[in-house]
Amino acid sequence: MRVDRWETLVVALLAAVTVAASLGVDGFANGSNVAFLLLDVTEIALMALTMTLVIVAAEIDLSVASTLGLCCAVLGRLWTAGLPIEAIMPICLVTGALAGALNGLLVTRLGLPSLAVTIGTFALYRGLAYVILGDQAVADLPPAYTGLATQSLGPIPLLTLLVVVLAVAAGILLHATGLGRAVTALGANEEAAYFAGIRVKRIKFWLFVASGTMAGLAALVFTFRYASARADNGVGLELAVVAAVLLGGVSIFGGRGTLAGVVAAVLLLAVVRNALILADVANEVLNFVTGLLLVASVLAPNLKVRLERKPVQ
Amino acid sequence: MLALREVSKSFGAVRALRGVSLDLAPGEAHALAGENGAGKSTLVKILSGVHRPDEGALLLDGEPVEFHGPADARAAGVAVIYQEPALFPDLSVAENVFMGRHPRRSFGRVDRRAMRTRALDLFSRLGVPLDPARPARGLSIADQQLVEIAKALSRDARVLVMDEPTAALSGPEVERLFGVARSLRDQGRAVLFVSHRLDEMFALCERVTTLRDGAVVATDVLADITPDDLVRRMVGRDLAALFPKQPTVPGEVALKVDRLTREGVFTDVSFEVRAGEIVALAGLVGAGRSEVARAVFGVDRRDAGSVHVAGRPLRAGSPTEAMAAGVALVPEDRRQQGLVMDLSIERNIGLTTLKWGLLSRAAERARATDWAIRLQVRYAGLTDAVTVLSGGNQQKVVLAKWLARKPRVLIVDEPTRGIDVGTKAEVHRLLSELAAEGLAVLMISSELPEVLGMADRVLVMHEGRLVADLPRAEATEERVVAAATGRPA
Repeated sequence: MRVDRWETLVVALLAAVTVAASLGVDGFANGSNVAFLLLDVTEIALMALTMTLVIVAAEIDLSVASTLGLCCAVLGRLWTAGLPIEAIMPICLVTGALAGALNGLLVTRLGLPSLAVTIGTFALYRGLAYVILGDQAVADLPPAYTGLATQSLGPIPLLTLLVVVLAVAAGILLHATGLGRAVTALGANEEAAYFAGIRVKRIKFWLFVASGTMAGLAALVFTFRYASARADNGVGLELAVVAAVLLGGVSIFGGRGTLAGVVAAVLLLAVVRNALILADVANEVLNFVTGLLLVASVLAPNLKVRLERKPVQ
Repeated sequence: MLALREVSKSFGAVRALRGVSLDLAPGEAHALAGENGAGKSTLVKILSGVHRPDEGALLLDGEPVEFHGPADARAAGVAVIYQEPALFPDLSVAENVFMGRHPRRSFGRVDRRAMRTRALDLFSRLGVPLDPARPARGLSIADQQLVEIAKALSRDARVLVMDEPTAALSGPEVERLFGVARSLRDQGRAVLFVSHRLDEMFALCERVTTLRDGAVVATDVLADITPDDLVRRMVGRDLAALFPKQPTVPGEVALKVDRLTREGVFTDVSFEVRAGEIVALAGLVGAGRSEVARAVFGVDRRDAGSVHVAGRPLRAGSPTEAMAAGVALVPEDRRQQGLVMDLSIERNIGLTTLKWGLLSRAAERARATDWAIRLQVRYAGLTDAVTVLSGGNQQKVVLAKWLARKPRVLIVDEPTRGIDVGTKAEVHRLLSELAAEGLAVLMISSELPEVLGMADRVLVMHEGRLVADLPRAEATEERVVAAATGRPA
């Protein structure tokens, strides 16, 4: 398979920025900063994995961060009600799965566009989170788990290992299995995929369930990492997730993209952010730079496709 | 009044019109006849300013004119009534009639009263009781066409082109439309009537021009010829010995379709295809042939009837199950339904045999290579996107993709449309070979020579019904065309 030039560019940029930051920014290239950087990007990275699959399938899930908030609220509520944390954790994942299933049903059964559906459930799930937990913060979580969430194995945070394992699994799923091929094909041309016997709706439904479940997992990570379950956990993360996926070279129109590119993009955004913060760059500039990268990422691959693709009559 | 002189038009390698001359006279209704693909639509589009001729000229009252777009044609007095007019559904009938040229009062306000009276006047001239104030939404197609005709009248159009206007009309509606057309003709306008229905041409028109393969075969006075003469002019081609159908002994019934119905699309369609047989499904575009294929394969639902494959019933609405039962469909629209254009050749071929688990790239490539060689696909590399292939080679990739499943029943919908002659012959040879190996082939085709040359049996559909089932020996051009156009053989 030919290496896509855009993804190579992202990796090169990541390397360049990392080297530049190591040389030019005090405090960037030390173990604790790198560990913090990696840890800090865990939720985005996790949700970006399933978001990649969803966007390759030419859909989108903008409700992931709200699903995360909903799962946090459920967790906080059940914990204050006295349930053991070991029982709450699976409930949390199931909550995410159900939220994803509702998205999936609305998209596949009613044939609604996922952009509209998940903008709706984006508000719905966040609202539900506030209904469940109000604006209270549940902080007295078991230290065994909050500790585990920030634990490292040598220089590498445990959670980063979790991300790596799941990223490899998602990469294999997308690039080396029949299911992944089917996802790519239906994202590129849903009608042809349907004519080839691919169960388009069923696959899309389960992608939304996976996306919701992953948001549930991200909710656990978020809650334990900050030792705080709140209804507003993760506000705005959906944009960071979608941004990373698009920057990673996944086409917003579906049908093309690689998991490696997305992982590189997640890291690139994290490194740029971290380096700029360490360099005491004002927050406004920081957002500006992130935004610039995003516009470039959306423009460049599409521009490339537009130039390469011959006009279709 | 309006004339074409030696007009030619090509689209890429396809020569749609070759040196066509046509004279439309005032006070005359002129019919345009020809098979699917003979060039009728292209001719209409040149008259309406959508296409410009590559060669030749348009003459208006003897003077050469150039239409740079539909607006020019309209300004020159040419109005086209399509099979399904596009009105603005939420505007009133009168507003639709005067769209873009509303009568005005002071300060540019629309003069509704003037619009209404003028619309009423137009409709009374046409002799049809239509309320100008009602919204266009909900009008029957026949009434929508009358609104279009009123629009043309209001613009004082001198040439009225009617492009298969009767396809969706009932008997009385056709009569009413013809009444209107005759009165326009008698007022000295020229009418060009494009249709597949021979009886209608004879009922309405004085002269007929027949196109075949983009060229004019003849222009006749209809009073001097018979419908059979006309059919012969439409089809009279040499049946090339290009079609190497090998004789086969039909085996067991592989596909049995019983009283299949999809409401409003096709009704009570029953037929069988045996192993080793090539059965052609002929008919005009819009007769419901592709729709039958889609319902059999399960991409469309069905309202009644059953499908059996090798004796076992097939559940409706699931292409996945149809494939599991051994049915394959090479669809009509290669680029949209047959291929994922962004994917490589080998991945397109592999698409029908995907399993959920890990893929073996080596196995995938080996299978793709096998089929590419057998079908003589010409490519630079199997990892090339299918976009770079020619139409014929793309079609071979679609065939490879389906043959890789080793189907029992192969449905091909217009298998050689838009591909070059050489590849066409290869596709025909392949279908013949596959039938000889025991595959049951159902071939939808609008090309009569292909139908007659390839098929062991010819089924003909007309307006959603199966109207003929002709064994090879009895399938003549005349009989197939007669059945397809709804005339008794």
